[in-house]
Amino acid sequence: MTAASFAAFAPFTLLGTVTIIVMLLIAIRRSHKLAAFSTIIGLVLCCIALPFAAPTSPVQVTPLFVIDGTALFYAGLVLGSALVVAILSYAYLDSTAHGPREEYYLLLLTATLGAAVLPASVHFASFFLGLETLSISLLGLIAYASPRATAAEAGIKYLILGGASSAFLLFGMALIYADLGTMSFARIGALAQAGDPHNLYRLAGVAMILIGVAFKLSLVPFHMWTPDIYEAAPAPVTAFVAVVSKIAVFAVILRYFILAEGQADASLRMGLAIIAILSMLGGNLLALLQNNVKRMLAYSSIAHLGYLLVAFLAAGTLGIEAAAYYLAAYAVTSLGAFGIVGLLSTPASGRDADQLDDYRGLFRTRPFLAASLALMLLSLAGIPPTMGFIGKFYLIVAGVGTGLFWPVAALVLGSVIGLYYYLRVLVAMAMPVPVPAESTAPVPVSVPLFGTAVIAALLVLLVALGTYPAPAIALIRMTVG
Amino acid sequence: MTLVWLLLIPAIGGVLAWMAGGRHPDFPRWISLLVLAIDFFIALSLIGPAMSAGHTAWIASFERPWIPQLGISFELNLDGLSLLLILLTIALGFISVVISWTEITDRVGLFHANLLWSVTGVIGVFLALDLFLFFFFWELMLVPMYFLIALWGHEHRFYAAIKFFIFTQGSGLIMLVAILVLVFVHQQATGHFTFDYLALLGTKMNPTVAFWLMLGFFIAFAVKLPAVPFHTWLPDAHTEAPTAGSVLLAGILLKTGAYGLIRFVVPLFPDAAHAFAPYAMALGVIGILYAALLAYGQNDMKRLVAYSSVSHMGFVLLGVFAWNTLALQGVVIQMLAHGVSTGALFILVGALQERIHTRDMRLMGGLWGSIPHLSAFGMVFAIASLGLPGLGNFIGEFLILLGSFQVSVPLTVIAAIGLVAGAAYALLLVQRAFHGNATPHAETAVKPHDLTAPHLVVMAGLFLAILGLGLYPQPVFDQVAAGLAVLQHDGTPSAGPATQFAEAAP
Repeated sequence: MTAASFAAFAPFTLLGTVTIIVMLLIAIRRSHKLAAFSTIIGLVLCCIALPFAAPTSPVQVTPLFVIDGTALFYAGLVLGSALVVAILSYAYLDSTAHGPREEYYLLLLTATLGAAVLPASVHFASFFLGLETLSISLLGLIAYASPRATAAEAGIKYLILGGASSAFLLFGMALIYADLGTMSFARIGALAQAGDPHNLYRLAGVAMILIGVAFKLSLVPFHMWTPDIYEAAPAPVTAFVAVVSKIAVFAVILRYFILAEGQADASLRMGLAIIAILSMLGGNLLALLQNNVKRMLAYSSIAHLGYLLVAFLAAGTLGIEAAAYYLAAYAVTSLGAFGIVGLLSTPASGRDADQLDDYRGLFRTRPFLAASLALMLLSLAGIPPTMGFIGKFYLIVAGVGTGLFWPVAALVLGSVIGLYYYLRVLVAMAMPVPVPAESTAPVPVSVPLFGTAVIAALLVLLVALGTYPAPAIALIRMTVG
Repeated sequence: MTLVWLLLIPAIGGVLAWMAGGRHPDFPRWISLLVLAIDFFIALSLIGPAMSAGHTAWIASFERPWIPQLGISFELNLDGLSLLLILLTIALGFISVVISWTEITDRVGLFHANLLWSVTGVIGVFLALDLFLFFFFWELMLVPMYFLIALWGHEHRFYAAIKFFIFTQGSGLIMLVAILVLVFVHQQATGHFTFDYLALLGTKMNPTVAFWLMLGFFIAFAVKLPAVPFHTWLPDAHTEAPTAGSVLLAGILLKTGAYGLIRFVVPLFPDAAHAFAPYAMALGVIGILYAALLAYGQNDMKRLVAYSSVSHMGFVLLGVFAWNTLALQGVVIQMLAHGVSTGALFILVGALQERIHTRDMRLMGGLWGSIPHLSAFGMVFAIASLGLPGLGNFIGEFLILLGSFQVSVPLTVIAAIGLVAGAAYALLLVQRAFHGNATPHAETAVKPHDLTAPHLVVMAGLFLAILGLGLYPQPVFDQVAAGLAVLQHDGTPSAGPATQFAEAAP
């Protein structure tokens, strides 16, 4: 490795170092506050290090990674989201005294490390290692230190289904390796282009990789696990699963397809389009039936990943930009929404504030959080003046620009269906406060000030970049484009 | 810069009103009145001839880059048509504040914030000439209106609010796709990726594409107008909304649909719109008659007024697609007069409900005896609504019929029957509610008090407005003449069977 590649890789090295330091700190002194603060400070430092690592031209770091604008942009999204999750987790865990809380942050950091290196991966080895680091840490996080039995159940579910999907992924990689004899994305692309386009090994391999990734992205019909995990996991972990893991996996599969499957054949595109349409419609339709806000958001995230596939299918500069902006919008919005669910919950009560009834009268009891959640939901629905609006607009631009008629039609239809359940939550929040006797809502002790501050920061971002998105688009063009 | 202030003042006023709501319930009310009064005077100061340079019809314009990467700019332009509609918007906003003074006592700050923000959104729609900016405001104005209905409405408010939102948002997305296809077609033709309306005018495209794009725009505006068969959201939304919400919906939001048809559908796709005109005009005529029939059958007074609104908007659709000077002048008058008369009727229904706690006309009757002022104004605006000569609606409907007569005689004849149907439901309303014997219900109830002074002033103002429009509409024609001339020039089909249209202009 050259000095240049060391410099470019510095943020990731730093993240690894922070993980080790936090581990040592926990060994020296068990303190929730210490573990949380060292994690938060470490993540802040990593975020600060990112722009300094920005190379003038892409730097190849060993055959496994390439550090370029795309890698850093998505790493930035991952690190920023992880930072928000860490702060929200502190608020969430601080109110419970149940069991050890320190290792939670260790798992959070290793999961973040796995997620952060994924967008930089250009090799099957780093792709798989990053993904497994992420998934195995997530497994721990989902089942972590919760008094609820459902959390353990969700953890096992994630273990088995995640393991199965990893096996698919691995088998697909093996098939491609058996055919082409290389695991580097760029080499695969070059060899595949020279070879037979209808090679069965390669096609089967790509299909299996797609299945594995579709599991991780919870696309229909590989979405079964999503609502259960989202519901059972503690709210901040749900935010992590919904945001960080999705961004990382989407970024790496985007890179894989650009480098390796640039000539993606018609049948593959057709398959992707069908998955996209099924996800958009299926996610939105299933969300209609939910009375549990976390399950509803889970199905809505399935639909959003379906929307993102429109950008994926569009490919080209416009599609890549649209995907980057939409992921950023999705990150801000989902973090906000799950963050508010987390802030309203008391983990000690055995469940999160996830029933629709828990939100009745929120506009009166907690006007700020209610207004914030309203804007987050409007952003998910794609209504101005929020990032979600610009993001959806960008996606439709990309879709229309490449003539994707059916996916765009499904996007429009899905958005209209989606409105109904987002508005249902708004309506619930606007209803009169329920009489305490008939309410089963856990009454939160208090919402910590810094929790509110994080939500406020996300809200400012949401509205500022929703009304004046030019700086964000400029950044995306500079890095990703 | 004036145009930016026009937008910013109510937007900021909304924030102030929201914040002041916690201190005293009267603060948001006074703030709203002040803000809207300032805005009104700014708009009034813009009355005058068009700027000499550049585009011949613009009175004022403003342009700054917004999202330059996607060819989007913050482009506001004002011509006579936008100006009149903005004046109507602000005036009805002002009136909404006055008449909500006693009706809205809950979360006053938030109510007025939403009221001011929806006014902001509507003003934005009337000003925006960048198609993306237009769509931005188009969507933005839905949110505060949704909250107005959902939070302060009547019994079935949640159902009505969600229905309203889904209808308009869904059709809006279809329009967005049409906008984008138009932009890409333009890019392929010229190499420029832009959302600028003036650049997109006259884009060459093949007739099939043009037809589908025109339809995409048309559906969005037809839902908002609303034209039959897209009207089903309106009776629910109107009936469940608080009085101020109904006034804003009927007076202003419906006009954005008509404005969109005039500003975008016909000028952007002149040939396709011309080919589609017979069908659109037929939809308009069906709307006039069908909605009048439905209005006749209602027992709920507010639903009756809502359906009458749909019927009146049928005339607007008919006039727009007749697309000649007479019909367009009629459309402008019809929009203003409908805003005033329907707004007034909704205020009266709201006042009535506040007093006797029902909108059901079966429980009314003989109200003239107990509340003469309210009843008298009710009768005045009911007959304005049926198109009595001397009042504004007459001028509008008459000019529209005159204009469309030159395009299609059969449709005009059938549409004229709508005037009779209008007379039937309007007179029925007067008869059932105000005349006749007092119902037992009304006798046993405490005698309702008549209109209060603020309501009387508002009603008198609206009456003067409708009378003015009816007796001396010339200033309105003068103000919109330049804008309409330019639009007509842009919207005239390029070749072929266009002769019919060219001859139609007097």
